[in-house]
Amino acid sequence: MECLIPAIAGELITFIQNGNEKLGELFITRWLIELVQGKFGTENITPVIVSICLILVVLAMLSLTFGALAGMHCSRASCGFAKNLRERLFYKSQDFSFENIDKFSTSSLVTRLTTDVTNVQQSFMMIIRTAIRSPFMFIFSIVMAFSVGGKMAWIFVIVLPILLFTLIMVARNAMPIFKKVFKKYDTLNSSIQENVAGMRVVKSFVREDYEKDKFSRASDDVRADFTRAEKILALNSPVMQLCMYSLMVGILFFGSRILISSGGVAFEIGNFSTLLTYGMQTLMSLMMISMIFVMVTMSAESARRICEVLDEETTIKNPENPVTKVENGDIEFKNVYFKYAQRAEKFALSNVNLTIKSGQTVGIIGGTGSAKSTLIQLIPRLYDVTEGQVLVGGVDVRNYDVVTLRDSVSVVLQKNVLFSGTIKENLRWGDENATDEDMIRVCKLACADEFIQGFPDKYDTYIEQGGTNVSGGQKQRLCIARALLKKPKILILDDSTSAVDTRTDAHIRKAFMEEIPNTTKLIIAQRISSIQDADVIIILDDGKINAIGNHESLLESNDIYKEIYTSQTKGAGSTEEGGNK
Amino acid sequence: MNKTVKNPRGPVMGRPMKKVKKGTFTRFMKLLFSFYKAPLILVFVCIGLSAVATACPSIFQRNVLDTVALAITEMSKGATADAMMEKYFPQIATYIIILASIYLVGLLCAFIQTRTMATITQGSLHKFRTLMFGKMQKLPIKYFDTNARGEIMSRYTNDIDALRQLISQSIPQVITTSIILLTVTTMMLIMSFWMAMVVILGVVAMTITSRVIGGSGAKHFRRQQESLGDAEGYIEEMINGQKVVKVFNFEPKSKQKFNQLNTTLCKHATMANTRANTLMPIMNNIGHILYAVLVFVGTLLIGQNNLSLETIFNGTTGTAVFTIGTAVAFLGLSKQFTNNVSQLSQQANAIIMGLAGAERVFELLDEEPEVDDGYVTLVDAREDENGTIVEADKHTGMWAWKHPHSDGTVTYTKLTGDVRLKEVDFGYVEDKIVLHDISLYAEPGQKIAFVGATGAGKTTITNLLNRFYDIADGKIRYDGININKIKKDDLRRSLGIVLQDVNLFTGTVMDNIRYGKLDATDEECIEAAKLANAHSFIEMLPDGYNTMLSGSGSGLSQGQRQLISIARAAVADPPVMILDEATSSIDTRTESIVSAGMDSLMKGRTVFVIAHRLSTIKNSDVIMVLDKGRIIERGSHDDLIAQKGKYYQLYTGVFELD
Repeated sequence: MECLIPAIAGELITFIQNGNEKLGELFITRWLIELVQGKFGTENITPVIVSICLILVVLAMLSLTFGALAGMHCSRASCGFAKNLRERLFYKSQDFSFENIDKFSTSSLVTRLTTDVTNVQQSFMMIIRTAIRSPFMFIFSIVMAFSVGGKMAWIFVIVLPILLFTLIMVARNAMPIFKKVFKKYDTLNSSIQENVAGMRVVKSFVREDYEKDKFSRASDDVRADFTRAEKILALNSPVMQLCMYSLMVGILFFGSRILISSGGVAFEIGNFSTLLTYGMQTLMSLMMISMIFVMVTMSAESARRICEVLDEETTIKNPENPVTKVENGDIEFKNVYFKYAQRAEKFALSNVNLTIKSGQTVGIIGGTGSAKSTLIQLIPRLYDVTEGQVLVGGVDVRNYDVVTLRDSVSVVLQKNVLFSGTIKENLRWGDENATDEDMIRVCKLACADEFIQGFPDKYDTYIEQGGTNVSGGQKQRLCIARALLKKPKILILDDSTSAVDTRTDAHIRKAFMEEIPNTTKLIIAQRISSIQDADVIIILDDGKINAIGNHESLLESNDIYKEIYTSQTKGAGSTEEGGNK
Repeated sequence: MNKTVKNPRGPVMGRPMKKVKKGTFTRFMKLLFSFYKAPLILVFVCIGLSAVATACPSIFQRNVLDTVALAITEMSKGATADAMMEKYFPQIATYIIILASIYLVGLLCAFIQTRTMATITQGSLHKFRTLMFGKMQKLPIKYFDTNARGEIMSRYTNDIDALRQLISQSIPQVITTSIILLTVTTMMLIMSFWMAMVVILGVVAMTITSRVIGGSGAKHFRRQQESLGDAEGYIEEMINGQKVVKVFNFEPKSKQKFNQLNTTLCKHATMANTRANTLMPIMNNIGHILYAVLVFVGTLLIGQNNLSLETIFNGTTGTAVFTIGTAVAFLGLSKQFTNNVSQLSQQANAIIMGLAGAERVFELLDEEPEVDDGYVTLVDAREDENGTIVEADKHTGMWAWKHPHSDGTVTYTKLTGDVRLKEVDFGYVEDKIVLHDISLYAEPGQKIAFVGATGAGKTTITNLLNRFYDIADGKIRYDGININKIKKDDLRRSLGIVLQDVNLFTGTVMDNIRYGKLDATDEECIEAAKLANAHSFIEMLPDGYNTMLSGSGSGLSQGQRQLISIARAAVADPPVMILDEATSSIDTRTESIVSAGMDSLMKGRTVFVIAHRLSTIKNSDVIMVLDKGRIIERGSHDDLIAQKGKYYQLYTGVFELD
């Protein structure tokens, strides 16, 4: 991964310092041995010992300083690494098109930005702390062992491959299980999430025990797999201990034999313990290497998931010489075909031809799944057409600078969200420089001012994440106000007044007519009353335009429209709703 | 859902660590023991043995070295190597064999310990999870209305993770370390009292250092957790609102804000980790310095001849001489000692985190469960020859309330769907009444509708009917029975509910429909889907009824999801149905088809409908107009239109404008 760059420097420093730290440690051991030996050599050794002690203290201080520095740099490197990774991921995700977002799903994106980054960061820290140190230690110890112990050091060479082999086998066997079980674990957690969210459904259907059983089984499955994997991993430490102990016993056994039989000339007796120390250190470093191996393999999946996001190409990009001005609110669809996925067999939209003049009010109505939302999402280029062309202000949307286009085309999405922050902060999404007067004006237009004034903090009322502390209708009105603040040339409302009562709905539409007459208004609605006075009404059926007309002509000629109309008015008696104003 | 209760504000993950309540550890250990008593004892024994086995060998190491040294000394005085071999090697071999046996025991213990620990750790986590989940299923809806989802979730993820750390690493580590420390101290004392004192002094220094560094580390660690929570909360919010971000060209601003949060996080994380990363080298090197001091002090004493070599390094036998073996072994021991002290200091944070996790797990486990004092149950029924109602052993389409009396007799009341509310008052919070004096009666077979602005209390009434919440004052009678006497499960089984927010579960479309009635055949499910007008679009899905749906039911439009949830309720074939904005995202044409289907299913049964859209409820028998928690109008559509009241205004709202 290329995000390593800032960390490399830190790592290099860490490397040197780790080396120093360990070197210091090794020297201390050596000095100590000599100290002990020396002590037995002469009678009055105090000055020697004092000087040796001083050297030891100095070395320890050095080791301490460098060790601490290494730790500091290491944490700086790994935190910086995580920061850069998070930043790149977030930036990338912000540049994603709707298609990219659909592909990843929000929850998986969030996991990648949070859990996966933490995983990778942790193993990164492990790596820079030990990946340099351990091999270094390993080689150093082996070399020292040979220099000190001569032939004896061959014991190392016999034991090590066994250890290495076991460690690799363990890792290789445990890894596939881990990979599998992590997926199951994710599923388990998402089932908890479903339950927390759908508790009303669970309780309404009295499915508590059913859910408990289901969960218990899934959880037990996870448990079994994890236990299996961990049991394999658990072999690591006993095997490593086995090797260590064999080494110890071997060294003691052969060492004492050689020493005695050679009459103490084969090597110095003090080196005996040095050899033991190196034996320990060799094994330690190997153990560390195996741990890194395990960690790296475990975080490899996280790294892969992160790379997947980083490698994703944004499907909607700016053209080379983008048009940066939208002339007017004309909209034209020319032979538009669209499908969400390349491999989908069925087109979501087919053969759509449409001309809308600037300032017109257009109603769009159609059955569940008739692609109403799909149609309007092509206008601000939230998706690109599969075939054909969408023109805004006479220019193909693909030729516009995306920001320009979206600033001119304001969409109030069906699944809209408010963000945590005050009402003002939320409204300023539409225009960050909006004055209080601007905001009050648009809120009046969207019939939001009335309820905002009813809040104790008025426009400074804090909106909870997801807008949970305002009602559905209030949320919709705030979203409309926010979109209006952009002063768009085209305003699109995707079923944005469904939770607003008919009266307020009518108010809002009336305000639109009077206050923003030059803005093209597209309104998707379920209620006939929301669209019946539109200039043009488009009826969508199964991704095709079924009819275009106005209320009267459609009522006259179109079966679908007639049916929708009657379904909303039947049983109303004589009455008022049928009439025009 | 209850909108009067605010979700706790602020990020979920970044909850500040507070002091862990007393008793949490004891309770945690008790629970662990109740899960795995024998294995845990086994593990503890193993940990003890292997800790001793780790600490002991230095004695034998010393003995071997001493013997060798003795042999060499003798040889330097002229003894032959062969003679020495013969004289000393058997002894050396004995030492080595004992050493090897100790090692073997340690090894065996380590092996048993790690494997058993894997079982215990994962098994306990599984048990904690299922305990929590089981408890969660018993909690009243209020709990879910008042706790943020992320907050509940984090108990299963973050806190369980912390527990894993605690069980699998911290606890064994602490035990191992304590035992090793104890053994090592004892042995050091045996070898040389004064030298041991020096080591202990050094350890006191280490402890103080770790306090100082660790203490400030904890502060930074907390700050790191807080800013991590902030950053992750922001990520979650922005990614969830990604489409809105795009529509408003908000990317540069969101990046900017994120940068701020990310930089703060990085700063705090660096500080916290620096503390953690520097603690180890500092502790280790204090250990190193300790050696030097150890040796220095020893020699100084000798140098001044205040004490003879023998007195300083006097063993318990009083005759043991400070030998080369003792020296090496002692230094090894003191190294082991300091290593273990620094290991222990490293565990401190994990232990605090683990206990905080345990506390939050217990918090959930200690929540008050939903109480159910009901004893009246719902049974399938049939009429016998005399026309009296008796219990049936299979589904008959007829239900009865089985009412056991204190005198042991049982009466059956036919379920007809007669629901009466008398002067009901209710508030989600005690002092804030949202329903005032609600009285209504639904006669069997009627379709009752609730209309009113958001917050008028429509959903609240249904929350009371199925006892998601209990009324503050008044009476609710269901077929003449006080609903408090009806077992909640049976009460809810008798009420089919379709909610506006559709929650589908991971599984196939078929599984989701079958959720309404677990033993429904495929045909029954398909029948229900047809009734809900969902059949045609389900058939169009890539795998038809076997299409997998994820939790959010992605790939389906909001309206399609509602149709599936209606099918789910229809397959349950309930005696009474509550439709709470169940068709709000369905176009009116489809809706009229669906409602025709529902009407035929619910013929002769009671239906409650809540809707914004007046066309949905127009053909109801009784329409209740709610305003600020009071019923202000009631009657049929025609009645209400004739009254020219609020309903009339709502209905004709469009035209009132002019």
